[in-house]
Amino acid sequence: MLAIDVSDLRKQFKVQKNREGLKGALKDLFKREHTEVAAVKDISFQIPQGEICGYIGENGAGKSTTIKMLTGILVPTSGKILVNGYVPYKEREEFVRGIGVVFGQRSQLWWDIGVIESFRLLRKVYRVSEADFRARLDELVETLQLQELLNRPVRKLSLGQRMRCELVAALLHQPSILFLDEPTIGLDIVVKTEIREFLKKLNREHGTTILLTTHDLQDIEALCSRVIMLDDGRIIYDGGLDELKDRWGKGREVQFQFNDPVAIADLSRLTEGLEVRWSKENELTAKVWIPRELNVSEVLSRVVGTKDISDIKIFETNTDEIVREIYQSGSAAAPVGSVSP
Amino acid sequence: MTSAYFDLIRIRFLMMLAYRVNYYSGIIIYAINIGAYYFTWKAIYGNAQTLAGFTVDQMTTYVAVSWMARAFYFNNLDREIANDIRDGSVAVQMTRPYNYLLVKMMQGFGEGLFRLTLFMFPGMVVVSLIFPVELPTDPLRWVLFFVMIWFSFLINSQLNILTGLFAFFVENNEGLMRMKRVAVDLLSGVVIPVAFFPFWARTVLEWTPFPAITYLPSSVFTGRMAGAEAWQALLVQAVWFAVLIVPILVMWRASRRRLFVQGG
Repeated sequence: MLAIDVSDLRKQFKVQKNREGLKGALKDLFKREHTEVAAVKDISFQIPQGEICGYIGENGAGKSTTIKMLTGILVPTSGKILVNGYVPYKEREEFVRGIGVVFGQRSQLWWDIGVIESFRLLRKVYRVSEADFRARLDELVETLQLQELLNRPVRKLSLGQRMRCELVAALLHQPSILFLDEPTIGLDIVVKTEIREFLKKLNREHGTTILLTTHDLQDIEALCSRVIMLDDGRIIYDGGLDELKDRWGKGREVQFQFNDPVAIADLSRLTEGLEVRWSKENELTAKVWIPRELNVSEVLSRVVGTKDISDIKIFETNTDEIVREIYQSGSAAAPVGSVSP
Repeated sequence: MTSAYFDLIRIRFLMMLAYRVNYYSGIIIYAINIGAYYFTWKAIYGNAQTLAGFTVDQMTTYVAVSWMARAFYFNNLDREIANDIRDGSVAVQMTRPYNYLLVKMMQGFGEGLFRLTLFMFPGMVVVSLIFPVELPTDPLRWVLFFVMIWFSFLINSQLNILTGLFAFFVENNEGLMRMKRVAVDLLSGVVIPVAFFPFWARTVLEWTPFPAITYLPSSVFTGRMAGAEAWQALLVQAVWFAVLIVPILVMWRASRRRLFVQGG
């Protein structure tokens, strides 16, 4: 069964146009001009139950807007959404019982009261029975190590502590789908890792479907089997992370540090017949780009045998770079083999 | 679910209690206000026995009772809602299986209950020791008064919700909120009883919900309205409560379509 089914989803906002100058300001006083801006442009995707899916894109690409439509906060301009079998904005109160939402930048706990008070209130809001609540809370508190925090008011928690509490708050009612909007923003590496481990465990043990937006690609690498990449309101990539790497990964780069000055022509002659490209950094340093299909050792053996080398470094293109390049080009469709480094 | 709404009242009550300085300064502020109005009215009366049908003692009682009623119905729901909308936390509220406006109402009620029990009752004791306040002896009037200030709370909160929801439609509704606050204090009869307004103004006011907030309950409590007139005052409140539900629903529907969450 599909957890999330979206087709031709579109959201347009009216944005106020401010006219220039005093005359414009006076005109604005009586008649406002608006422009329509489409934040999400007719996107379609399906997420089956039990999948962890990463939703990435630049700032302003429309990620948050999509999440807000999926969680019933925003009413879409057009298109079809079905989450958990509900149309989110129509049967909002019924629908939200089955989902959990965490916004990294907004707290859903009550600021002035103790954490445990917030949890108790949520228990009543979601009509969770006392026994279920106890069992669930114990489990969550144990895995996220919140024992000492429970009686503190939320305003006295650090960001990492708060974030862990937010996760508990979103999961007390055992939702089958969890939406996370930048859950690791501003957290240190220890807390980030903890949260990733926790989410993996949640998915494994309870089969919770997770959709998360993030700017931290390590989140994606650690968690997601699938990525949906958004640019300017359109989906530009939807598939596995490895596939994305394969398609966009541009091979490796090897940097040589020589003991004697070398010439590019000299080096090119050494690797004749191989599809590699040399570039010179300075008198003693040169870099060679090796496509994915080619074995690094083949190139190395040819160079190492003839030249006096003091150091070798191998660079693998990482996901960050791949994604940065996709953002810049604005499309993931183009094959990348032809692009020179 | 109902228990969740009750819990919201309880939590707001506890939260108010947590800020002790606010509590003590609140009592002082109310005492100063009542005192200031008492002496102002005494000066206005001079040698006159009655003004607009009020004796000095009736006026003193009216002022004290109005301020005490205000303690119960007053809340900052407009500001809270506007802030939720502006900083986007209304989005979080929408992911919960409850009615946002009802939640706000409950929080306002928690606040009102807090002020009623911890400001109004001790405050009333202090005030009646210092100033010549005449409290009614008829138990029915007491009951009626509490029913009426419950409606005052509802109507005032409805106006607050309407003002707060305006934040969806304008970028800054600070001005509107201030205007509403002054309008409620002035036109509802806290500052000047409605009987003191010129005739034409009274006629206009009768068509607004403001007198239903303070003037009607205080008039019933001080005995200026009695018998059939008192019941009619209650009816007026009930009608206003029902009427104001309509614009709130319309606005709430419209806001859900307009809602875009600020800051992404």
